[in-house]
Amino acid sequence: MSQQTNSGPPPIVVSALSKTFRVPEERTHTLKERALHPLRRTRHETFKALRDISFDVRKGEFFGIAGRNGSGKSTLLKCLAGIYGVDTGRIWMHGRLSPFIELGVGFNQDLAARDNVVLNGIMMGLTPREARARYDAVIDFAELREFEELKLKNYSSGMHVRLAFSVAIQVDADILLVDEVLAVGDAAFAQKCFDVFNRMRDEGRTIVFVTHDMGTLNRFCHRAMLLEKGSMVHIGEPHEVADRYLEINFGRDPEASANAGEERGGDGEARIVEAWVEDEHGERHESLPQGRQITLKALVNFAVDVEDPSASVYVLNEDHIAIIVATSAREHERSGNFSAGEEVLFSFSFENVLSPGRYNPLFTLAHRGTGLDLIDRFEGAFSFVVTGPEALGGVVDVPIGVSVGRGAPASAPQVRA
Amino acid sequence: MSTEVLPHQPVSHEELGRPIRGPRALTNDWTRFWHLTYNIARNEFKLKFFGSALGYVWQVMKPLLLFGVLYVFFVVISKVGRNGKPSEQFYGVQLLGSIVLFTFFAEATSGAVRSVVDRENLVRKIQFPRLVIPLSVVLLSFFNLMLNLVVVLIFALISGVHPMLSWLQLPLILIMLIVFATGMAMLLSALFVSLRDIQPIWEVVSQILFYGSPVIIPIEKVRETLLTPTPPHSPKPALFHLYTLNPLVAVFQQFRHAMVTHATPSAGAALGSWAWLLAPLAVVAAIFALGFWVFNRSAPLVAENL
Repeated sequence: MSQQTNSGPPPIVVSALSKTFRVPEERTHTLKERALHPLRRTRHETFKALRDISFDVRKGEFFGIAGRNGSGKSTLLKCLAGIYGVDTGRIWMHGRLSPFIELGVGFNQDLAARDNVVLNGIMMGLTPREARARYDAVIDFAELREFEELKLKNYSSGMHVRLAFSVAIQVDADILLVDEVLAVGDAAFAQKCFDVFNRMRDEGRTIVFVTHDMGTLNRFCHRAMLLEKGSMVHIGEPHEVADRYLEINFGRDPEASANAGEERGGDGEARIVEAWVEDEHGERHESLPQGRQITLKALVNFAVDVEDPSASVYVLNEDHIAIIVATSAREHERSGNFSAGEEVLFSFSFENVLSPGRYNPLFTLAHRGTGLDLIDRFEGAFSFVVTGPEALGGVVDVPIGVSVGRGAPASAPQVRA
Repeated sequence: MSTEVLPHQPVSHEELGRPIRGPRALTNDWTRFWHLTYNIARNEFKLKFFGSALGYVWQVMKPLLLFGVLYVFFVVISKVGRNGKPSEQFYGVQLLGSIVLFTFFAEATSGAVRSVVDRENLVRKIQFPRLVIPLSVVLLSFFNLMLNLVVVLIFALISGVHPMLSWLQLPLILIMLIVFATGMAMLLSALFVSLRDIQPIWEVVSQILFYGSPVIIPIEKVRETLLTPTPPHSPKPALFHLYTLNPLVAVFQQFRHAMVTHATPSAGAALGSWAWLLAPLAVVAAIFALGFWVFNRSAPLVAENL
């Protein structure tokens, strides 16, 4: 990669950035409240959202900012975008900025596409002339030509997002600030977004991407940083950041996790070193269509000799509810004896009846018996998205035969599974 | 995909030029500022135009309906403006003109109160000069004012008002009104973020300003009652000067004088002398400065305080 060789200042330089929010303990919004307590000053709790962050992003780099909810990553993005002011520290930006913090900001539901595209373009920094000139390109990219006369309120949510995304990418920005909100939802759309971002990166633009999905981080980013409680705990290779992330969030004690991976739960006689999901052709994917065969796989490395271990997988949905649970003990209670140093692959195949959405598999490895005597527990390693024509609201989508009839009770309306 | 991690190479901060500044009320890029303000106002205007079945008719009807009600109650029933005094010549046109000007002021200010809060999604999601929001509300009201002034013009010509050279004063009169409205719009929209009582308070103050300016009651009548009352009433010059501090008094009176009929006194004459006119002008300047100061101070934090 050649992004370091570019001359000129780095597109983003952040130096000793700190940001504190003042949160009033009780927000007094009305005069009555103030009049009743004239002498009581509103007390503020300060909340340090960012502490002494310094980093730079080089030209042409796909830079990830990782951290769990509340770690300050969105605050950092908003500081970079100039939406929040900073307390101390400085930020330098070189190049036109396009924030993808939320798409379609300021879209008016009662106006047609053209007015919204022009206003949104101006919001993002185009002149009205440029915005109007790019209108056709926007509509064509969004594939909304035949609906351009409709008011936005008559658009489906998918059309809405397509239009907004098309406007955002038509702004010739040198620096793109992308929030993970883009990557959730429709996996096909998320993929399209990433294709565009990759193309833009190849054109030498700089992309800053905020996420808590380590799979995405590993896949797209050149470099990443990890935020935890507002402090930068690591900056470097995405896989290092991902490891640190898993340690901090799934290790028992973040302070004691210097010996990484030893704190995952279980006695550690074996380790699940990698886990992934495959389609029916044996190819790894992050998004899979409904109705086909899918296989969840976990690669286990044994540290000592283990007799008849069992592996289990819990497919958790976004609400952390286990939708599908499978264990190798049911089919292969005597799974065999494995010796130290051996690598063993556990596979779980099933027909993909999951309803559209994002899933996190949790793998466990246990000694023979109840399955509670854990050897290892592997969570949050990756997630995958199930795509389907529509989400009806159930947690699974099994094939259902439906018929509707009229007349005698014998042929009354019936629904059978 | 991965890249060699270079050690952090500090570039000297001087080489980097100026650091970015956070959200602000204004910007260095004035063209973008204007484009944003104009396009937001234009879209809102379009919405009103196409939003309802009769569209823009309602926008013009509102002041006309108010005019109709006031005309019936005050002129036909209470005989205000029917005393045959020369200054009450074209009283109907004077009344309609003042109503249209007041409608602009009321729309611009009461529309601005909630504007920043209502556009929370913009403020929290994108960087742009914050002052665009209240200014676009004032601009939208200005578009409406222009349309309503056409109605006033037609009504005036039908009533027999002849074009006068003093019509050229209209831009000056409007500038004073717009600066006053803009100052209030900045002040109110910034205060509303942290003090939600501003909305009902402003509704009341707005009503007071309506009756405390020469819309219905001609200024000569106010002068007469307060300065040269018939005994046993005593003159109340202080109250009159308080009345004239309202910038709308000077604006409306000068509009009546310059645009409708010279039979009614000019703002200077009505206030006492031209020097008295400095008082409402100072009020306008003070409100504008205060409004800008408050808005400018709150702009960097508004995204966090919403």
